[in-house]
Amino acid sequence: MNTMTLDAAGQTAPAQPESVEKATVDTDTRVTETVGQPFCDDAKLRMRGINVFYGETQAINDVSLDIGRNEVVAMIGPSGCGKSTFLRCINRMNDTIEGCRVEGDLTLDDEPIYGPRVDVVPLRARVGMVFQKPNPFPKSIYENVAYGPKIHGIASRRAELDEIVENSLRRAGLWNEVKDRLDQPGTGLSGGQQQRLCIARAIAVSPEVILMDEPCSALDPIATARIEELIDELRENYTIAIVTHSMQQAARVSQRTAYFHLGHLVEVNDTETVFTNPQHELTEAYITGRFG
Amino acid sequence: MTDLTQEQVRERIERRLAGRHRVEKTFRGLGIASIAFGILAVVILFSDIIAKGSGAFVQSAVQLEVHYDPAVLGIEQVDEESLTWANFTGVIREALRERFPEVSGRSEKRELYSLVSTGAPFKLRNRLQADPELLGRSETVWVAADDDVDTFVKSLSDSGGGFRGRTSDRMIRWIDQLLASGELKKRFNSNFFTNGDSREPEQAGIRAALVGSLLTLLVTLALSFPIGVAAAIYLEEYAPRNRWTDLIEVNINNLAAVPSIVFGLLGLAIFINFFELPRSAPLVGGLVLTLMTLPTIIISSRAALKSVPPSIREAAMGMGASRMQVVFHHVLPLAMPGMLTGTIIGMAQALGETAPLLMIGMVAFIVDVPGGVTDPATVLPVQIFLWADSPERAFVERTSAAIMVLLSFLIVMNTSAVWLRKKLERRW
Repeated sequence: MNTMTLDAAGQTAPAQPESVEKATVDTDTRVTETVGQPFCDDAKLRMRGINVFYGETQAINDVSLDIGRNEVVAMIGPSGCGKSTFLRCINRMNDTIEGCRVEGDLTLDDEPIYGPRVDVVPLRARVGMVFQKPNPFPKSIYENVAYGPKIHGIASRRAELDEIVENSLRRAGLWNEVKDRLDQPGTGLSGGQQQRLCIARAIAVSPEVILMDEPCSALDPIATARIEELIDELRENYTIAIVTHSMQQAARVSQRTAYFHLGHLVEVNDTETVFTNPQHELTEAYITGRFG
Repeated sequence: MTDLTQEQVRERIERRLAGRHRVEKTFRGLGIASIAFGILAVVILFSDIIAKGSGAFVQSAVQLEVHYDPAVLGIEQVDEESLTWANFTGVIREALRERFPEVSGRSEKRELYSLVSTGAPFKLRNRLQADPELLGRSETVWVAADDDVDTFVKSLSDSGGGFRGRTSDRMIRWIDQLLASGELKKRFNSNFFTNGDSREPEQAGIRAALVGSLLTLLVTLALSFPIGVAAAIYLEEYAPRNRWTDLIEVNINNLAAVPSIVFGLLGLAIFINFFELPRSAPLVGGLVLTLMTLPTIIISSRAALKSVPPSIREAAMGMGASRMQVVFHHVLPLAMPGMLTGTIIGMAQALGETAPLLMIGMVAFIVDVPGGVTDPATVLPVQIFLWADSPERAFVERTSAAIMVLLSFLIVMNTSAVWLRKKLERRW
């Protein structure tokens, strides 16, 4: 009895026929080329032949992908498949990791993201990021949102800054909840509110692209639903790349979905196509829950 | 093993239970015992020091009717030069002879004169300087008694009739007379807080050492805090991880363990012999103590920087903050309480440090209160060392009193640091 429970709680039971199939899928399939439509005509972000190395280990293997204007692209895949690493290439957050090396061409509006002349400060103002764990600064709600505009010198007057803060909080759907306590610490909010505060903070500098790294993984279903609604609204003004572990979420918020597997981009297609009619057997195995 | 029934398992667990509780109780008992031992040690230490040192805050004084007689003083008017040469000792002696007219003979008179402190004439000089009108007039003043008299008077309440030392029977008779008439009293010892060191215990004070310690610590703080924090920020936030930074880190850790007297020798060789900075000066003392406290501050500041959650750095970098903005807007405010703790530990160490200061001449006999960082000075622990080394019995209580002053200094410093840290501390 004891042994049986252990197995059920662990990974897929070896005795089940699906797992045998999974094992064959896993080892026999070589990913050589991305299936589907990784490119689009009106691309905001263009990425070609991206390789990322952590020291000697290669985390991303020859990935090419476009992210279109005002499009939400979801990146899904099992843990450790490199989707977060890929996302962090776009605003060069990988620069801060020791031993991390990025190869390939990345352009934002046809301007190179990597290169000796590129300054990461304006780049990160154009490409905002929302992290997995809500990470508001240990400052007031107002200061949290006003920080970006302040350091980039966007607002020249206090009234202007107030307006930016209010607009950002409104667009993040947080204004009504916090308008009376802007001077209270951002860390005192609930998890979902903190994450919306982080989104407000990111959009306060009017970025063109927002990167979201599993923004809902630490939130309850209600807070998740609010954030998803918000992502849908934000699409009007921003280009969004979102990494998620929830396939339902990917299906709900994105127009296109990219499936990553062990550092390879296996398949990119319209979200509907990916979830209803996956082209690659790995994608199919993943979305039907046979591994991951 | 696999065939154990639930009953058997429960039985086995219960059999071990009593033993587990016993071990737990023993461990808790040991913990309480060690804390009790610590508290006992502190209580004994404090009560001993306070019992020995509290006497130093009072000082026996003799009431004298002095006559500022120009003939005895040997001056006609009061000015800077005449005050230097005036014979105030003669005035005191005359007052004593008037109080005890029966005294005659050389040795008897010498004993009479030794009732009051040799510092007493300076008090008269100061009074006359403050009020030149007193010349030719009389007044009643309290002058400090000699330390032998003071020790005898203070020990009278002890069983066994008091510590006599060099006090003769004749002197004891006079003392009894003066005590009976209220002309000899224990008064608050203001000398202890206003004077510098002296060979005469009744004139010796802590002021010079206190100011010396303060100046030395100010130099230490002004140098070691910014340098230490800057080094920690560079090493933690900017420096690449390579062989050189590893070497620097190992060296910093080693420096923290170097005996302090070595830093004293280094200070002597570099600051005094090579740069020819003044000896016995708080400036050099501060420099030496800076060398000593820097490793402590760097190590604790780096630990404080490391403990700032990486999510805060990521958030700031993701907003497009430059490296310096990340450090100064977000990391430093969060690390500041930890850095202050390290600095305070370093400063407390520096305050109590004696050995390296001996090497750079701060052990000299300094009477004057230092007016700046280049004036000769001594510090509290060195003053304690000097007094503990002095043969006069009256220095025993002064040593303990100086320890009390040093400890209060330390407590005030640490309390203000804790208060400052609480004020700066932010939760995330």
